[in-house]
Amino acid sequence: MNKKNTKECSDMILCRIWQALKKPSVTYSLGTLLVVGFISGIIFWGGFNTAMEMTNNEEFCISCHEMEDNVFQEYKQTIHYSNRTGVRATCPDCHVPKEWHHKVVRKIQASNELLHKALGSINTREKFEGKRLELASHVWKAMKDTDSRECRNCHNFEYMDFVEQGRRAVKAHSEGLEEGKTCIDCHKGIAHELPDMHDVDPGSSIGEI
Amino acid sequence: MMMKNITTMLVLLAAIGFSIQATAETVSSLRGATEINQETSAPAAKHYNKDHEPIPRDYVQQPPLIPHKITNYRINLKSNKCLSCHSWANYRESGATKISQTHFESRDKNVLANVSARRYFCTQCHVPQVNAKPLVENKFEPVPAISGQ
Repeated sequence: MNKKNTKECSDMILCRIWQALKKPSVTYSLGTLLVVGFISGIIFWGGFNTAMEMTNNEEFCISCHEMEDNVFQEYKQTIHYSNRTGVRATCPDCHVPKEWHHKVVRKIQASNELLHKALGSINTREKFEGKRLELASHVWKAMKDTDSRECRNCHNFEYMDFVEQGRRAVKAHSEGLEEGKTCIDCHKGIAHELPDMHDVDPGSSIGEI
Repeated sequence: MMMKNITTMLVLLAAIGFSIQATAETVSSLRGATEINQETSAPAAKHYNKDHEPIPRDYVQQPPLIPHKITNYRINLKSNKCLSCHSWANYRESGATKISQTHFESRDKNVLANVSARRYFCTQCHVPQVNAKPLVENKFEPVPAISGQ
């Protein structure tokens, strides 16, 4: 509409902004516009990235009680929190991709998590346990689809020394490598408690007694 | 009569001598010689043995020992980490020993469709091993029917 008829839209604010943007600058030199544009570009881009990084650390993640009281407490008992060498994998190391565009996609998906925070979908332990299988399944599927990309930021078949591994690990890893398996196929529930696995693997859960 | 008196005397002397010796020794508790108001040094932490071949049984009824680490393996109503390899559904793929058929029986010997609740919590009977030496000397040996020797 704005483009079609320029004369008729003098009253409409969007239309007037569009007109102003379309007109070549008469007051400022091209140099000024370039420099100002360049500097503000840096500020906006830097600001955007800084804001994104602020939401990309453990402290931010566990600022929601849903995360702190459930998954974080479970994670604290595992090897990714406390171990021999003191190397830690924090929440975003596993749950947020490192590459920029995957990261932005994941951040946009997180708006759904904000919605459910507002709705209180998992605001009690019981509600969380009730939804745990569904939530875990989402993460398993994401990991499967990306060939466990976030695991592979640190762990990689190529750099595994099978000689140093235990008897069971050598067997499982060399077979897994051959069959084209991905980490999450076997390593489920390594950083958090598993959901009720009766529907996933009936043999490994007692189910209803 | 005389003979009996001498014997009694000797027994008494021996008893007195023994009791004197006994009181001379201090009572040794598990704390060792450390005074009650002083802290003992903690013994070195034990480490679970790394993966190895199945450990032979020492007696017929012995639940097989776990020849690997089970740190952070959870067993609860929702899931049983052991059974993710040792179940009948999974043992072929994982190459693990499968859970015994006896574990599917209820207390009344009725065979169930899944692992019996009384046999579900593996670590009640099956345990991993640490690098601990026996505290007292032990010469126990399995019977030839088990050891084959």
